[in-house]
Order: sequence, then C-alpha cells, then structure tokens
Amino acid sequence: MEKKLVLNSKWCKGCGICAEFCPKDVLAIDHEHCYVVNEKDCIKCGLCELRCPDYAIWLEEEDK
Amino acid sequence: MDKKRFRFVQGNEACVEGALTAGMRFYSGYPITPSTEIAEQSAIRLPQLGGHFIQMEDEIGGIAAALGASAAGVKAMTATSGPGFSLKQENIGYGCLAEIPIVVVDVQRSGPSTGMPTSPSQGDVMQARWGTHGDHPMIAIAPSSVQDTYNQTVRCFNLAEKYRTPVILLMDEIIGHLREGLEVIPAEELEIVNRGDHNITGMAYAVGEGEYVPEFAPFGEGERYNITGLFHNDAGFPTNDNDFTDKIEHRLMAKIEQNLDDILDWEEYMLDDAEYAIVAYGGTVRAAKGAIEKLRAEGVKVGLFRPVTVWPFPEEAMKKVADKVKAVVVAEHNYGQLLLEVERVIKDRAELSFVGKVDGTTLKPEDIQAKVKEVL
Amino acid sequence: MPSKLIESTMRTENLPHIWCPGCGHGILMRDVAQAIDNLGLDHDKVVIVSGIGCSSRAAGYMDFNTLHTTHGRAIAFATGVKLANPELTVIVITGDGDAAAIGGNHFIHACRRNIDITVVVFNNNIYGMTGGQYSPTTPTGEKGTTAPYGNIDYDFDLPELAKAAGATFTGRCTAYHVPQAIKLLEAAIQNKGLSMVEGLSVCPTYYGRKNKKGGVIKMYNWQKNNCIDVKKAEKMDPEELEGKILMGEFYHKEKPEYCEQYEAIIEKCGGNK
Repeated sequence: MEKKLVLNSKWCKGCGICAEFCPKDVLAIDHEHCYVVNEKDCIKCGLCELRCPDYAIWLEEEDK
Repeated sequence: MDKKRFRFVQGNEACVEGALTAGMRFYSGYPITPSTEIAEQSAIRLPQLGGHFIQMEDEIGGIAAALGASAAGVKAMTATSGPGFSLKQENIGYGCLAEIPIVVVDVQRSGPSTGMPTSPSQGDVMQARWGTHGDHPMIAIAPSSVQDTYNQTVRCFNLAEKYRTPVILLMDEIIGHLREGLEVIPAEELEIVNRGDHNITGMAYAVGEGEYVPEFAPFGEGERYNITGLFHNDAGFPTNDNDFTDKIEHRLMAKIEQNLDDILDWEEYMLDDAEYAIVAYGGTVRAAKGAIEKLRAEGVKVGLFRPVTVWPFPEEAMKKVADKVKAVVVAEHNYGQLLLEVERVIKDRAELSFVGKVDGTTLKPEDIQAKVKEVL
Repeated sequence: MPSKLIESTMRTENLPHIWCPGCGHGILMRDVAQAIDNLGLDHDKVVIVSGIGCSSRAAGYMDFNTLHTTHGRAIAFATGVKLANPELTVIVITGDGDAAAIGGNHFIHACRRNIDITVVVFNNNIYGMTGGQYSPTTPTGEKGTTAPYGNIDYDFDLPELAKAAGATFTGRCTAYHVPQAIKLLEAAIQNKGLSMVEGLSVCPTYYGRKNKKGGVIKMYNWQKNNCIDVKKAEKMDPEELEGKILMGEFYHKEKPEYCEQYEAIIEKCGGNK
C-alpha cells in the first residue's frame, strides 16, 4: 500500500498551518490555498492532515 | 377498599402519581416551595420503578437535564414555582423549537420576586404563555382538585408526546398543598400516548403533506441526527434560510392551532340558564362554585366557565358563553391576568368585571358573590 | 471525498465548517473524532452535546447523536442524557465562556457528581461568536472588546477547577500537539467518571488580533514552544518553566461513578424487576 497526499481546495481556507509545520517543506500557500510544491520530499508523516483545521489535506492509501 | 387505588394525598403527590401512570421515568429539578413535594415524591417513587431522579444544581439545570433525558427517549418532568419558572423560560423555548416533549409543573406562589413562598397565587398565567422569547405556541393546563391534578398530569404527558412540545401543568399553592381523596386510576384504564415507531432517514424534522408533528427518534437507536435551538432545516441543521425559518415557525404554530379540537378542554357548570358567568380556573374554581351555590340560593342565575387548558384559551366556547349572559366576572389570584385574555375574546359581547386577590390570602366564595352582586 | 476518518465521523455535507481560517477548533474537533474512532465506539451510541458559542457549533458537524443546546447548559443536558440512558457515551464540547462563565455551576456540579461524561473545553480565551469579549480564561492584562484597557479579572485554571470540584480525570491538550491530544482524549473518554480536558485552541481573528499575537502561524508556534508535557516538566527547573503552560494528563483517580451508584439504588428499591 502506498500513501498519496490529497488536497481538497474547496475546503482549504489558506491558513498556512500545513505549510509552516511540514518537516520537509513539501507544501506552500498561494492565493489563499495550499498546494504541493515538492512532492518527492514528502515522507508521508501525516502531520499536515492532523493539523489541518479544515480537513482539506490528507494521506490516502492507494493500491499499487 | 383498595388502599393502593384509593388514597388521601396532597395535590403535589397526585401530580407525581399521575406522571408515573403516564410513563414518567425521569425527574430532574431543584427544591422550591411550594412544589418541593413533587421532587421528594419523585425521588422516592422513581427508582422503585426503574426510573431516575436527580436533584440538579439549579432550576435551569433541572429543565435542561429533563430535556436531555427526553432526547434520550425517556418521558421526563421537572417542577418548580414562580422564581424557578422564570429561570426555566429560556429552555422552555428551546423545547418548543427543538420539539422535545417534557412536562413542566409550575406550582404558583405569590410574587414578584421571592414574594410569599407559601402563599397561593395565579400570577404566572401570562408568564406561562409569554415567558420565553420569540413566537411559539404553548399548552398550559390548570387542575382544580387533587383528582384533577392526577388526571391532568396524565393529559399533559399525552399532549407533550403527541405534539412534541413542552406542556405546562399550571398548578397553584392551593391545589399543590390541598389534601383530599385520590383514585389512582391505572394506566390500563386510561389513554396513554407513547412514542411511536420512527424512521426519519436523515430528515429528523420533515413532515408529510398535511402533517405537523415530525416523528421523534430517541438518541441511541441508530438514527443519528442533530437537535438544535437554532432555526433548522428538515434535516435538523442550522440554517439562515428565511424560507425554512418561515416554514418551521408556521408549522410550530399550526401543530397546535390546527389541533384545537383535540387540545382544548373546559368545564361549564350551571351555565344552561345562566344570566351571569364567572370565569375561574385552578385553585379559584372551588370558591367560584361556592359563590354560585350562595347566589343561586338567592335566585341569581349564575354559572361557571372554567378553562382547563388555560393556553390555548378556549376562545370559541368563551364567546358562546359571553353571547348568552349579561355579564362575565373573572376571578383569579392575581391583579387581572387571564382577565386580559377574556377581555380580548369577548369584546363587547357582555359586561366584564374582575375580582382578584394578591395579598397572599385566598378568594372566598363571599368575595366572588359580592362582585357578582355588583354587576347585577 | 475527504479522508476516511472525516468521511466516517463528520457530516461532510455540512463542511467546510464556519470557523475562521486558522481557528484551532477544527483541529480539536478532529481530535475528538479520531479518539472516538481509535476506541472503536459504536457511533450510534455516542452523543455529542454542546452549548452556545464557536466551540458548540461542533455538534452539527459530527456524525453522532448531536444535541446543540442553550448557552452554558450543555453539561446539564448531558447529565439528563447520560442518566436516562447510561449505555450511551456522552461527550460535551463546550467553550471557555460556555463552560466556565454562564455554565460554571453545571460544570462544577457535574465534576462533583463524577457522572460518566467527558467534557472537552475548546478554550480560545475569548468570546468569539459575539466578536471578542474577554472570557473567564482571558489572561489578566490582555484585551477584549469589553476589556479595552486590559482585563483586570484573574483567569481560571480549568483542570484545577475541575479537580477541586471532584472530577476523576483532568488534562490539557493543545491544537498544535495533535497526537498527544488524541491520546489524552482517548484516556478521558475511557475514564468511568467525569473527565475534563481543556483543549487550548487558537483564535487568530479576535483574541489574536486584539492582543497583537502576530497571526495564525505565530500563535501555533507559541503553543509549540511554550506548552510542555507535565511529565517532562517534572524534570525541569522552575526557571525553565517560567511562563510555560503544562499539558498532558494531570489527574486520574478511581471513584464510584454517579450512574452506577444510582443503579444500585434502583436495585435496592426493587426497580430493576
């Protein structure tokens, strides 16, 4: 099982918490929305999911 | 004689027995004169039947816990008196909008404020109708004897369940502390309304065409939904949509107004040939009947119109009475509260007069007799 | 489609929620949902009760039996729910104003009874819904719209208050320290008795702006740098702990629970037949 980072920009309010506390600087905020800038460095720690107040980012398991 | 069936008790105890017969299995309240015996008796009786009693930290907690218990599927009651009734008002309104059935007993005492805690009064009649904020209907029933307290408490629970709304048993100190014979009529011999089947499928507040009362699903039975005191949509979620607000307000009013035939109750006593009518309810009824006896002996054709459901007020019945008498005398233990409703209803159909008491003593037959003689 | 957790514990049709960008309430609400999920509780048997205020809007979003009540009264409603049906897991989500000001009486008395309810206070140090008035947890000297010259009230320590009143489980978590918060909430829900967890939230819009806290990121960094686990704090010098806030499980004690005691009364009276 691989994990994939998923974003729901409709729910994102652009607070920036995910980007600030991402240990690998995978995320950034632009135009009041979070987006992935550096996916290859993502270690799938899931801290962004835990701290997103709006449930707009999460790790999803996908069958390879 | 069956000592369990025939007893000599006070009105407050009759209220508890009636509630238990109706299926009350939860009571939460706060001690206050002159209603405390209702809490005390509930504390003794409920665990004997597997029910729960809790003395809460204040009056507001008393009604809040009862509402919570009802949401969890148990018929619940709280009782209080004037000051506590004031404190409960916000949550009575919550029960109206969230449509949670409970019975609130108010054993009226002299007021305002702490007033005279052990003295009779009917000073909460208007508070019973208009005490909480916003527009909402209200059912309030005033019993006039110990037996009537038993019977009307059962009726309060039935109406609360049937119409999913708080119902007020508007007692007074006279009836609460009056001791007389009571027949504890068992549930099998009475009509008891219980919560029916429910299948709300996510639409907790939706009703069918021509219906007014949504099905009630208790918590814990698999139909997870939201209850709120905010205006809500059919699913029970808060909304600022004005159409929904309008819809729910109309439905709340209509569920009572469209069912007046079922809800309204009144008593007519010696009115057939009457030229004068006394309007009295609750603890004033006996004095009124005493006055009628004395006046009839003097040849005065007088009768009694007694609203049993004080709210909604039996308007049409009152109008019919007013149409055939010369004068109406309202007798109550206050400065003239239900008087205002009678005045609104009868307009100039008959002359209107009032006799009241606010000094903590009771109206005597002679007081009412004298007032009727003034209008002859 | 949101994450599996959100899908199974939230009413996604009502999301996104009404809370402001960066508000800690969303994180704390997720923590509660995650704790319920981790414990494997039957969702049909969980009741979330809330009062009035920002915190209390949580009830409408969570896919359980939810009761959004009147201001300050959530714990009293919850007492009725729990005693009427002790099989239900009852969790109160309330705020600092809701629980400690207008509902303070219900709060301490529920603690005193040790009734099996978990009270989670989303503490944002302010009345947010009404626009930023000082609350019983606004620190002394800080500002609100009704404390324009600085708050002269002393603030409550809610877990201490709960403990003194008789709660058998108390603790504090923060919006920043999520894994610790979930663990603490799991333990709180499992405690058979009154559990009180203070969840330190973040209010960037009112509390933050009024007190020049520097915005969302600075406020979360403040929590990160200033909240210390109580176990770690035991090994630290008093100077190091100056100005720090403790978090973690503070107090846990076994004591007979209210509903169980009432069931014993019912048995004694023959009411269980």
